[in-house]
Amino acid sequence: MSDLSLSRTRANRMADRDADRAGAQTSRRAGQRRFAIWRAAILIIMAGIVLMPLGATLLGGFKTVGELRTNPLGLPRVWLWHNYWDILASLRYWRVLGNSLLIASLTVVLTLALAATAAFAFAHLRFFGRKFLFNYLVLGLMFPAAAAILPLFIRVRQLGLVDTPWGVILPQVAFGLAMAVLLLRNAFRQLPTELLDAALVDGCSYIRYFTHITLPLSRPILSTVGVIAFVGSWNNYLVPLIMLDSNSLFPWPLGLMDYQGEYSTAWQLVLAFITLTILPAILMFLLAQRYIVEGLTAGAVKG
Amino acid sequence: MASIVQGMRRDNGALLTVLLFVPPAVLLFTIFVILPLGQAAWFSLFKWNGLGWPHDFIGLQNYGRLLQSSNFRTAFCNNLLIIVFSIAIQLPLGLGMALLLARRAWGSVAFRLIFFLPYVLADVAAGLIFRFIFDGNYGPISSLIQAMGGQPLFMLADPNLAFTAIIIVVVWKYFGFHMMLYIAGLQGIDRQLYEAAEIDGANARQRFVSITLPQLAPMLKLSVFFSVIGALQLFDMIIPLTGGGPFEKTNTMVTFMYSFGITRMRVGYGSAVGVILFLVCVIFALFYQRILMRDE
Repeated sequence: MSDLSLSRTRANRMADRDADRAGAQTSRRAGQRRFAIWRAAILIIMAGIVLMPLGATLLGGFKTVGELRTNPLGLPRVWLWHNYWDILASLRYWRVLGNSLLIASLTVVLTLALAATAAFAFAHLRFFGRKFLFNYLVLGLMFPAAAAILPLFIRVRQLGLVDTPWGVILPQVAFGLAMAVLLLRNAFRQLPTELLDAALVDGCSYIRYFTHITLPLSRPILSTVGVIAFVGSWNNYLVPLIMLDSNSLFPWPLGLMDYQGEYSTAWQLVLAFITLTILPAILMFLLAQRYIVEGLTAGAVKG
Repeated sequence: MASIVQGMRRDNGALLTVLLFVPPAVLLFTIFVILPLGQAAWFSLFKWNGLGWPHDFIGLQNYGRLLQSSNFRTAFCNNLLIIVFSIAIQLPLGLGMALLLARRAWGSVAFRLIFFLPYVLADVAAGLIFRFIFDGNYGPISSLIQAMGGQPLFMLADPNLAFTAIIIVVVWKYFGFHMMLYIAGLQGIDRQLYEAAEIDGANARQRFVSITLPQLAPMLKLSVFFSVIGALQLFDMIIPLTGGGPFEKTNTMVTFMYSFGITRMRVGYGSAVGVILFLVCVIFALFYQRILMRDE
């Protein structure tokens, strides 16, 4: 009896559902369209909020100080190209970018060289203290550079590296090693072990295997680690701020603050300078977006 | 016999490789990370101006003075408040955008890039851009208020508003990063879970609560972790925005260390701040991994 009533209600429900389905189809399509419109509206508003400061900075560089006040968000009435041209024609602009490029490139090369070799040993070789040394290096993931910045400065001064690019590069590499070694070791371990065994039986040395097999097969993870190191160095402010004194050595974040200090009331110039100094990062991002997004997020996730 | 030959052949320069490959990284790490951290603890027990070598041992007095300093307490509380606000605003915003952009649909790729773009910029540049945006004389916000008949608004000069301004910049710069983490997480969820739930008659909210959120939990934990560690070290953005002012009300631990330790070369005092920052980070990281990331 109870069984019967149960099955009847279920049958009813199924019939209801069938009847609904035809009507639901059209209302669902309308719902989807409404959702799409809402979605687009929210996204466009958010994009506007995100891009507004960047747009105001870019356009502000073309205006006069007075127009910044009267026409904060619109297009400039007269496009003052010379704000930008003067900076592009100045030694100062190219020098800060050049310094940043030098420091970032050496940081990337050194990070990759030291991390890849160590990671290879941790991944494929058994030796005394392997586990301990690996954990020791990876401990660095938890240590903020800011916490040790004063003794770091004393150390760099002792080594005679204050006010040289190496005084910035070496600490940057040291603090980036933990993440780099971790990512690379995990990736090296995933290469098929049969390959290594076969190479070793054929008398290939570990070093040769590293240069001829591991490195070429690991280009994606090497580029991920490279992107992390490059972006970290390119945007670093604290370490060069502490280690460098001479304007001629300043990377762009220091050069930018320096410029702002000098022209603090001439906002149109500061805005043009900001635009031109962040331009390389934006161009790089647009050209290599897949690598950069993957590098910066995958690095975080796998680390 | 065979095993000896094999053993010799199997060496393949293993020892040499270890000796060449491991020491450089370990040495550099020791010299520039571990020793300085140890020295920070040592220096923090001295009154020292950084010249010569420390000899004026004062025990824990630097720590005592820090805890008594109202500026340091403000800085410490600011760090905690930034953590709370950035989690409370950034993460839901990032998650919302991720839900709208995880699937292939109109504009998904373009909007993802737009929202991620601020993350690629340096904190210093972001800070300086917003110093202009919030500027009372020339900034767009103040200008718009004046155009509507209001008074010029000096957000960064007002102790309460300045802190709000910092939160705005943090969220502007970092929500896109968290969104990308969530998108990666959402794309990893098995579609069949949703199909099964739909057949069982679960509505959109039920599917979100009982499938999306639990499946996304590892990413949520990770993104909270990055928010906290990032907020504790906040420095680059504050310097161009407020420099810790007005009246030292918007310092963080690191800007406090910079203004009161580094620029005045009070190495012992500044190192004590570094040690506290270090301890907070490490205790949080260990605690968080023990408690929340146990299963991974």
